[in-house]
Amino acid sequence: MKAPWALLWALVLALVLLGQPARTATVARASLVKASPGKASLVERVLSPGGIEVWLVRDAKNPIIALDWSFRGGAATDPADRLGLAAMAAGLLDEGAGDLDAATFQDRLADHSIGLAFNASRDWFSGALLTLRENREEAFTLARMALTAPRFDADAVARIRGQLQVAVRREEADPVTVAYHALARRLFPDHPYGRPLRGTADTLAAITAGDLRGFATRRLARDGLLVTAAGDIDPAELGAAVDWIFGTLPAMAAPAAIPDALPSADVRPAVVSWPGPQSLFVQAGAGIPPGDPDWPAALLLSHILGGEGLESRLAEAVRTRRGLSYDVQCNLQSYAHADLFIVSGSTASATVGQALGLVRHTLAEVAAHGVTARELRDAQTYLIGSFPLQFTNDRAIAALLLDIRRDGYAAGFLDHRDELLRRVTLADVRRVAARLLRPDTMTTVVVGGATGPLR
Amino acid sequence: MGVFWRPFWGARFAALALALVVPAAAPARVFDPETFTLANGLQVVVVPNHRAPVVTQMLFYKAGAGDEPAGKSGVAHYLEHLMFRGTATVPSGAFSRQVAAHGGVENAYTNQDQTVYFQTIARDQLPLTLRLEADRMANLRIRPETAAPELAVVLNERRQRTEASPAARLREQVQAALFQAYPYARPVVGRPDEVAALTPADAQSYYMAWYAPNNAVLVVAGDISAATLRPLAEGTFGRIPARPVPDRVVARGAASAGGEDRRIELKDAQVRQPSLSRVWAAPSHGWAAAPAQVYALEVLQTILGGGATGRLYQALVVRQGLAAGVSVDYLADALGPGQFSLGVVPGPDVPVADAEAGLNAELARLLHDGVSAAEVATAIRRLQVGAIYARDSLQGPASEFGVALTTGQSVADVEAWPDRIAAVTVEDVNRALRTVLGGRGSVTALLLPDPDAPTPEEEPEDVAAAQGAAQGAIR
Repeated sequence: MKAPWALLWALVLALVLLGQPARTATVARASLVKASPGKASLVERVLSPGGIEVWLVRDAKNPIIALDWSFRGGAATDPADRLGLAAMAAGLLDEGAGDLDAATFQDRLADHSIGLAFNASRDWFSGALLTLRENREEAFTLARMALTAPRFDADAVARIRGQLQVAVRREEADPVTVAYHALARRLFPDHPYGRPLRGTADTLAAITAGDLRGFATRRLARDGLLVTAAGDIDPAELGAAVDWIFGTLPAMAAPAAIPDALPSADVRPAVVSWPGPQSLFVQAGAGIPPGDPDWPAALLLSHILGGEGLESRLAEAVRTRRGLSYDVQCNLQSYAHADLFIVSGSTASATVGQALGLVRHTLAEVAAHGVTARELRDAQTYLIGSFPLQFTNDRAIAALLLDIRRDGYAAGFLDHRDELLRRVTLADVRRVAARLLRPDTMTTVVVGGATGPLR
Repeated sequence: MGVFWRPFWGARFAALALALVVPAAAPARVFDPETFTLANGLQVVVVPNHRAPVVTQMLFYKAGAGDEPAGKSGVAHYLEHLMFRGTATVPSGAFSRQVAAHGGVENAYTNQDQTVYFQTIARDQLPLTLRLEADRMANLRIRPETAAPELAVVLNERRQRTEASPAARLREQVQAALFQAYPYARPVVGRPDEVAALTPADAQSYYMAWYAPNNAVLVVAGDISAATLRPLAEGTFGRIPARPVPDRVVARGAASAGGEDRRIELKDAQVRQPSLSRVWAAPSHGWAAAPAQVYALEVLQTILGGGATGRLYQALVVRQGLAAGVSVDYLADALGPGQFSLGVVPGPDVPVADAEAGLNAELARLLHDGVSAAEVATAIRRLQVGAIYARDSLQGPASEFGVALTTGQSVADVEAWPDRIAAVTVEDVNRALRTVLGGRGSVTALLLPDPDAPTPEEEPEDVAAAQGAAQGAIR
């Protein structure tokens, strides 16, 4: 069935003009995502009767519904002696709720082919629900139960604790995770961002069912809630669904004051010695927050320097010309209270010094001379053209909309994104490059057998 | 480290997952594909999906690591890298640059049974990707000045993904033990000494042997129809003449299952958390005495695996507390033997021997009692719902068809998947269970910590001097 775009637009217009009808969801504003000339996909801003705002991309071609949400406040709110609390709560919300024990709750999900998963990042506690349209009532009820009446039964707590302890121990064997933990410690020595997101065996062991109940009570509240949806559901159904799922949560979360953090610049690279012939390196310095006027230029710069593809400056210098690496890249990473510019890659232990030197040289060159007109034009067409490629399935759409909301953008961002990128000039990129690319202030971690060539 | 960009080779052994997995199998009847074949033998499958004005183009060659000549392991994957390094008219890197400059994303991968090149791009740019992909099917130029650094990249890839990972090294040993004389015994990325010795001529001769239109399948999924695609495909791929290609089933030789049960242990300083796995060679779509067994094994995989409700998770993780996680994997899409595997990660304070004893007891119980008709009915229902979720994707269905058509299946086979799953009986499942999991020739692998290993420490280093030296070498 074709989506009735014209009808929806008429509805949107009517609702905007007539105001909010009582007891039904309202579509307060709509936004077009231009996927390519001639076709568009509609983002509707739905306001539930209970006052919860949801961004929806509606499509009835597949009888499925994806619903994603985040509560402000993730692992960064963990007490220092209870690190891993948010992660453990995420693992336990679907392990029994209300009058259903863990096995029964999981059977109900599986019998209806409902996917329900929770996840804790530094700044957010998130959930994702995927269901067939025909099973939506069951799905919404199970999600509601998980959020409002989690049980934290002793056997489930012990099981998930054990899984996290095992996961932490497995991460200790993964050089990539080891590198990022070491980097976080050095960038944020006195900030929650410097601590391990999933805690340690000891802090996990200290977490009690009471701690978990306290987390759910304090953190799962409507004031920090963002919700997005995609698929076969209309605004009225969606409004009722989110009120049913989230409507009885407390209005306000407990205050959690996380200070803003500037990454500390420790110019002495840290080397974690690691067996094997290969080394990996991670470097980070201050980044640029989404919403900063220079963010579009920074995104283009980061793509030209080390974005996807083999044609970036870093890939060209380190990989394509010299074969020194299978992967070398850079990206912007933003948290609620810190922004990073990160370069990473891997190379044989014997060539770590050479690879780092090439990275440094490449960064310095772009900082001094900027990029070429062709590089900028290609990056603009890539970042504009590839963006709508993500709008091809419900799960990805709901997740992407949530990303945009977490970054603090209004729905209108989707209208303006192309233009924001298109109007970036070479001078903008050069200015941002001078601000961002300061190899002397980047913190470096090497994991591997780099001690030989580095000494 | 984010995404490992470009080209990766497929793992033949899924990672041990602790999380719930949505079933991935996909019936074609739901996708409603259109198919046609060009005069030169190129098979074309169109999977309409009008969700967005976007298409995914995937070109599958019926040639992978399993088709390499003896002593040249890794050449299929090396060639895949070189396919980005230029043709008679398109310079090195220009393929990727043009796709990106038109807003497209692309990549490639090599597996034992197929080599795959794919792009996702706005529908109106499809002529570009068809033209570029057809060009490198016929006109590749392997030049020494790009082939040499690319071989170094491949060796970096092998070090990073295999040699730096004890689990990956153990997987290589398991595959070697499981398949012995069959080509699957060799890693897709190649044996290190053989990869290091590969030459441009090796890659060229593999290219000449296998990269022909009559040995490939083009799948285009998205906002397109066969009527639109056909003239575009004829104007590009259609101009490439057919060439005789070897019979790869004959060239690979016979595969045998059975023999002794084997056991491999790998102790490594990097390992902190032990784990164990057991794998059996199993019927596959391309290698089955009785094709119905494959569908029965898919049902069995769902009964035993299937996330937190799976039988193995419920027994070892929930009831007995022996494991933190379990995995159950069945690789059915293969031209040679498939693989059925079980994995266990012991709980935090559980000796690996206790976890293995628990697995053995559970397996013995399973072989003795079999599964129930109710379990079979539930699994069939869940598999069929998984197919609806599989529609919510561009690349998923495209990949499903390409893999099927390069592993001895037809479009009709894929189309019939829901019916064949629905026809599976409890007797079928129990017969397949006892044939495969009750059979000989399994390989049990243990990944263990090295008790004498030192703990890694982080120490500040003065690398300024080394960096300065390297900078001098840049120019």
